[in-house]
Amino acid sequence: MNAQSNDIATYNFAYLDEQTKRMIRRAILKGIAIPGYQVPFASREMPMPYGWGTGGVQVTASIIGPDDVLKVIDQGADDTTNAVSIRAFFKKVAKVAVTTETAKASIIQTRHRIPEHPLNAGQVLVFQVPIPEPLRFLEPRETETRKMHALEEYGLMHVKLYEDIAKHGRIATTYAYPVKVEGRYVTDPSPTPKFDNPKMHRSPALQLFGAGREKRIYAVPPFTDVVSLDFEDHPFEVQTFDQPCALCGAENVYLDEVILDDHGGHMFVCSDTDHCEKRRADGHHGHLAPETHLASEETEPAE
Amino acid sequence: MYVAVKGGEAAIANAHRLLADRRRGDRSVPALRLDQIVEQLALGVDRVMSEGSLYDRELAALAIAQARGDMIEAIFLVRAYRTTLPRFGYTNPVDTGAMQIERRISATYKDLPGGQVLGPTFDYTHRLLDPELAAGAEVETPAQRPAEPEAMPRVSAILAHEGLIEADGEMPLDHVPGDITREPLQFPMARDIRLQALSRGDEGFLLALGYSTQRGYARNHPFVGEVRIGEVELELDVPELPFAVPLGSIRVTECQMVNQFKGSAKAPPQFTRGYGLVFGQSERKAMAMALCDRALRAGELGEDVVAAAQDEEFVISHSDNVQATGFVEHLKLPHYVDFQAELGLVRRMRAEYEARENEDKAEEKREAAE
Amino acid sequence: MDIATQSIDGGFAEPVFNAQTVFRAIMDAMARPGTVQNLPQLARPPAPLSATAGAVALSLCDNDTPVWLDPPLQAEASVKAWLGFHTGAPLANTPADAHFALIANPKEMAALDGFAQGTQEYPDRSTTLILLVDDLASGPSLLLEGPGIERTSMIAPPGMPRHFVEQCKQNNQRFPRGVDIILAAPGSLSCLPRTTRIKLMEA
Repeated sequence: MNAQSNDIATYNFAYLDEQTKRMIRRAILKGIAIPGYQVPFASREMPMPYGWGTGGVQVTASIIGPDDVLKVIDQGADDTTNAVSIRAFFKKVAKVAVTTETAKASIIQTRHRIPEHPLNAGQVLVFQVPIPEPLRFLEPRETETRKMHALEEYGLMHVKLYEDIAKHGRIATTYAYPVKVEGRYVTDPSPTPKFDNPKMHRSPALQLFGAGREKRIYAVPPFTDVVSLDFEDHPFEVQTFDQPCALCGAENVYLDEVILDDHGGHMFVCSDTDHCEKRRADGHHGHLAPETHLASEETEPAE
Repeated sequence: MYVAVKGGEAAIANAHRLLADRRRGDRSVPALRLDQIVEQLALGVDRVMSEGSLYDRELAALAIAQARGDMIEAIFLVRAYRTTLPRFGYTNPVDTGAMQIERRISATYKDLPGGQVLGPTFDYTHRLLDPELAAGAEVETPAQRPAEPEAMPRVSAILAHEGLIEADGEMPLDHVPGDITREPLQFPMARDIRLQALSRGDEGFLLALGYSTQRGYARNHPFVGEVRIGEVELELDVPELPFAVPLGSIRVTECQMVNQFKGSAKAPPQFTRGYGLVFGQSERKAMAMALCDRALRAGELGEDVVAAAQDEEFVISHSDNVQATGFVEHLKLPHYVDFQAELGLVRRMRAEYEARENEDKAEEKREAAE
Repeated sequence: MDIATQSIDGGFAEPVFNAQTVFRAIMDAMARPGTVQNLPQLARPPAPLSATAGAVALSLCDNDTPVWLDPPLQAEASVKAWLGFHTGAPLANTPADAHFALIANPKEMAALDGFAQGTQEYPDRSTTLILLVDDLASGPSLLLEGPGIERTSMIAPPGMPRHFVEQCKQNNQRFPRGVDIILAAPGSLSCLPRTTRIKLMEA
């Protein structure tokens, strides 16, 4: 091989070779057929580091076609650096159209959030997952946790959650809050805030989860029961915020705290930037909104 | 007035431009050519090939240059490239017994068929910084002699004649070698799979684990039966042809550790083996790998698992530096959504705590007043 | 046409994009059991393998996936040659070794529990059955419920295996073990994953 030539390395559509895509596609189908079960797959090295969304990227690369419209968010925002980077990657290797608008996307890859705008039946939500095993922090050994799933032996998880209640008066898990899928598998929703858990329940969209470093793929088909673990005397509840979004005035959305100065001044704004921009474009105002509307980004054409 | 930060794309582009500038450095200094890296930083190239699992010096050199000399970054670049390559076939196992040897030493025998060959080693150099090298002094051509006509059998084969060492890597006849790049890992794993993982494992991690066994964390009495470095032939079976097709040769380092073993309920007293094999010239890695391999055979040989180096799931799950660096470094990514969730919880618990404290204080005051 | 020509012709014209198109149809069908996903003719395998079933095999099978063929397919050397040439998939010796099974005659097929069911630890190690059917509407109506279905869904493939509804019920009861089914009809496909609960609709 001649290292000086320009075509020293060429890549397939969507980066992955076809054999790899087939392997991942087979895993996705098994994941859909066994909701919440973590399907082992021979995860590949990707051109971004493990831990930076390689599982999600492999899933997206295996399902994406030239007609798809892709949205990528990190922390709910389209403009966070890693979201920008992954979106640019797919623009480059798959030449697909990208968008920031939730409603216009056919595939949404996400890290840590589910969009506020309700998803519809044609959409696929791809989660980037760091540690797919919800029992991992209770039992570090894969050989043990696999047995626990096989036997549907989830007592340890309930004990852990109940210890929280005994110690803190409540379940002190605020994100990556474990769920039970279709009454069978205890599953990790990825490190989304528990605020987003109810959105997974009977969602019309297909939800796919990719954990690259840990080599697992799992899925929640549309209209599938996703129940956050809880107790009769301590029912599951989501985070609430005392104030609406300072920019668009939205309530019942997940907010980020933005530090305004070094004297403790802060404000709360929508974590979902697309949702916030849409609302402001529609004329909604929060108490700190700038006068001018931010025009929402149009779908960028394929390159 | 608050306006959300935009412009991630421009910031990333500019960061990459700055990176390219810093990588090139002072433009008045000639740029490194890949052949210079291949020739003069050869052991770095070997490490990148070995842990990158791709035998291609030029690509490894490119990766080193592109990574500014950051070895794990270079390994990562090579891995991310190799993973996209189509698989044409599987070569026959290499025969290290037939190696064209450049270096071969045994610590268990003073002399042996084929002799001890020091080869290009740092051993016995005095680690004194060399100003002449800095000045670019001419280097002598090496002394050479005709190759010995005598074969250089592997030391393990010599020991095996006496029946004092376990047989070499017994696998069931119908065992199909696994491939960690094509199948997900599953624990417990067969030794062939484990050796593949160790061969691409991080040199530093394996070195530390191997060292820990010497210091008593699963001590297993190792002797270097043999370390050999040289070229081995690669051959591929093609269904249409009656003979194996030679593809060329690669340089590898092989280490056979011979470990004293008192016997257990499962195995008689004998010498046991630890095995290391890596691309290129890397004795440290091959030896560390052999120590870890032996330690990880604890279950198979009926030894108690008492230390980290013997714990297969622990060792193999954490030996890959591309995985490790990715997950450690991903902590740089924004986590503010989850942090917000934790902040909300801590604030709430703190408020409750203070309310309780205040109540207690008020109670104390009342009691004092009574 | 001789077998050698037949085995080379009829693959995907655009392997990368055709495979993606077929996979997305299967994925959507698997995620929404009972929905009918239309598929253009992308493969031309030798009979009795159908275009749809052939396309499914091309998009999912390769060297890593042993494939089992039912007797009508097994009897056709050209089918084996075509699959071998285009996918490289080895033939499974028994249904229980198969990752995929291609069934040209579902009516006569072996019982569902004769195929790989996966294990309790690894329920994914099961056979995916690709059943060739004439259409998805002219048979007895099957009422479907389960994940992927908002309330109920309906499908009516003709020529299904004997005691199909009862067999599917047992397949449900083995969950998380069990087999998943792809129904390959001319120009369309539909899926019945192991989670789908099936009832025969009263006429």
